[in-house]
Amino acid sequence: MSTLTQINPVEPFLRTDRMPHIWCPGCGIGTTVNCFARALVESKLPLDKVALVSGIGCTGRVAGYVNLDSFHTTHGRAIPFATGLKLANPALNVVVYSGDGDLISIGGNHFIHAARRNVDITVICVNNFIYGMTGGQVAPTTPLGAVASTSPYGCYEHAFNLPFLAESSGAVYVARWTAFHVRHIAHSMVEAIKKKGFSFIEILAPCPTLFQRRNKMGDGLDTMRQYKQRSVIKNGAHTREVDIDLQGEIVVGKFVDIERPTLQQSMEQQLRQTLRDQYAGMGGA
Amino acid sequence: MPEAPAAPKARKFRGQVAINWDNCKGCGFCIEFCPPKVLEFSEKFNDHGYHPPFLAKEEACTGCDLCGLYCPDFAIYGVRVAIKQDSGSGIQDSVPKP
Amino acid sequence: MPTLTTASSKGVLTGAHFLDGDQAACEGALAAGANFVAGYPITPSTEIVERFASRIPTVGGVFLQMEDELASSIAIVGAAWGGAKVFTVTSGPGFSLMMEHLGYAAMTETPLVLVDVQRGGPSTGLPTLPGQGDMMQARWGSHGDYEVIALCPNSPQECFDLMIDAFNLAEEYRTPVLLMMDESVGHMTEKVVIPSPDKISIYPRRYTSLPPAEYLPFRAGADGIPEMVKAGDGYRIHVTGLTHDEKGYPAMNWKEQKKLVGRLVSKIRDNAERIARWEEHEMQDADVVMVAYGITSRVAQRAMQLARAEGLRVGLLRPIVAWPFPEKRIRELAQRVHSFLVVEMNYGQMFYEVERLAAGHARTELLGHGGGMVHEPEEILQALREAAQ
Repeated sequence: MSTLTQINPVEPFLRTDRMPHIWCPGCGIGTTVNCFARALVESKLPLDKVALVSGIGCTGRVAGYVNLDSFHTTHGRAIPFATGLKLANPALNVVVYSGDGDLISIGGNHFIHAARRNVDITVICVNNFIYGMTGGQVAPTTPLGAVASTSPYGCYEHAFNLPFLAESSGAVYVARWTAFHVRHIAHSMVEAIKKKGFSFIEILAPCPTLFQRRNKMGDGLDTMRQYKQRSVIKNGAHTREVDIDLQGEIVVGKFVDIERPTLQQSMEQQLRQTLRDQYAGMGGA
Repeated sequence: MPEAPAAPKARKFRGQVAINWDNCKGCGFCIEFCPPKVLEFSEKFNDHGYHPPFLAKEEACTGCDLCGLYCPDFAIYGVRVAIKQDSGSGIQDSVPKP
Repeated sequence: MPTLTTASSKGVLTGAHFLDGDQAACEGALAAGANFVAGYPITPSTEIVERFASRIPTVGGVFLQMEDELASSIAIVGAAWGGAKVFTVTSGPGFSLMMEHLGYAAMTETPLVLVDVQRGGPSTGLPTLPGQGDMMQARWGSHGDYEVIALCPNSPQECFDLMIDAFNLAEEYRTPVLLMMDESVGHMTEKVVIPSPDKISIYPRRYTSLPPAEYLPFRAGADGIPEMVKAGDGYRIHVTGLTHDEKGYPAMNWKEQKKLVGRLVSKIRDNAERIARWEEHEMQDADVVMVAYGITSRVAQRAMQLARAEGLRVGLLRPIVAWPFPEKRIRELAQRVHSFLVVEMNYGQMFYEVERLAAGHARTELLGHGGGMVHEPEEILQALREAAQ
């Protein structure tokens, strides 16, 4: 093939000195990172001011691969870390990029409070329905009946409906896509990153090594084909109605896009109202 | 009197891909989701035992970079390459066929 | 080494005040320039953040009450990397919850101050009554190998002064620093003199002057401490709790472990003598040396007066910095004194340090109890009489 003069458009966004990454063949996380890189290009945000915070898990490793100020924090606590980072330095555009187990199980409490407060961050949750890094344990997103290493006879717990959880907690932007929907993901990411307030994007992704294999769902490519086949785009759907199970329809789309004062706006407004010209501001870095 | 049909519009661009042979993990996303289906698995494999893709139908590649967007390993990307035009009719590639 | 600066006048409430330890600790933080606190209510520490919530909007900064101590302790780490000067407060049960993030701060070399106003434990224990049962937890509470610096005030004035010292140590050593108060000191009201800003020395954050192309976030200088940056300045840093190399990249092998964790430990251990601080009373001819800290040290001081009046040659060594413990001094004293009496509101914690350091050269006795009330001078006096025999 001929030599190309352009480099891979993703390369400026990656720590190329750390490639290849640790994710398995057919894992969807890398695809979402590709979308993220394109979203950053399209958003025209100055990259020095974009900070990425992740937790622990396979998706949590995203922080280590992006060429941004990136923070690989403790399990479940990416969101409060991001809250502190954002309030101390409001000029930053803070993105939390982590997995379903990290954000919703151990991180669940922080998730709902940050959404309630409308902290101005974007939360990208790659949902592979499993705890991948630790070997495939059941997660609060694992569909009823699915097999995992800690539910070897089939999961008997009802799974969270993440868009519903996000909306009911107060998120101002809620979208769900699968790793198949690459262009939609990139577009939603642009909208979410630019939007003021707590933005949430759930992206379903294959975990071929663990979730798909244990549930006889083929490899990454088979899963992507299933996503394509099972997905139905219903922008504006009621989040109450977008539950996922092992076989049925996967409703994707942008479900919520509303306006609400952010935590910072509320705080400043309240303090200014009460203290008037005595209010000295947030003392930013 | 009806006019003679216009000459077919000359293609201004075609596509080309670059593949990172070592980083590919052979997942098959690019091959599957390429709209004109120009990619195929190579027979050869890399040091990790995976079969990276190759551009099997060069002339049909549009350079849309959907392969690049799908690739979880950042191991492929597509670009649009400008074609040199000849004096008028038809399409002429600047890149010689293999 | 950065040049010391003086405090900004914004947060300094110059003058003579009547404050309790909690309030004084808050003023100390403000004087030091703290501008971001994430906290969670827990008796008997709550007043510190209540006062901060009330003061900071007119000084300039943020107070956020988080959903729990886990969130508080990590939000301040995030804020520190955003460039803020941070602290949080808690007591026993919350201290336990914060342990993971104490380790994370040590591993990522994030400067912060964590105040533990100790109460009776274990578990829910005695929320409104004093204890000193978290001293060993302060040292060893998080998993893995790391060192901490911990200070023990014994008066509201010291709560103010040591809070500033805690921030300075945190910046100098790029490490989390603990202020180990107890409920008595936290809730006792005394005169606190706050000087003018020009009389308060502040150790500034060790920001690098290197350009991004030359800077490595975890490459230590000659003193074993790396220079810092904050997010948003173009350095594109990576920070992780995984064992990492100088770039901050995960490097999980025994060589990097030795290099990194070895350096983190040496950072404090090699400077232990510089950091250690204590106060001595009546030591010149002492046969029996009491070791006591926090509120207990004040009762011990009274007991020492009573003992001296009886002709007993008793001295008092009060650690002001509990970790690193004044090892060298205890070892020296062990060579010439007859015995140590460690008086603390627990069933033996710093006692084991003294016993270890005495190394059999002097007898080491403990007068301890589970907290809930301070020692009586008379009970200490009785123990001193026995120790003198």
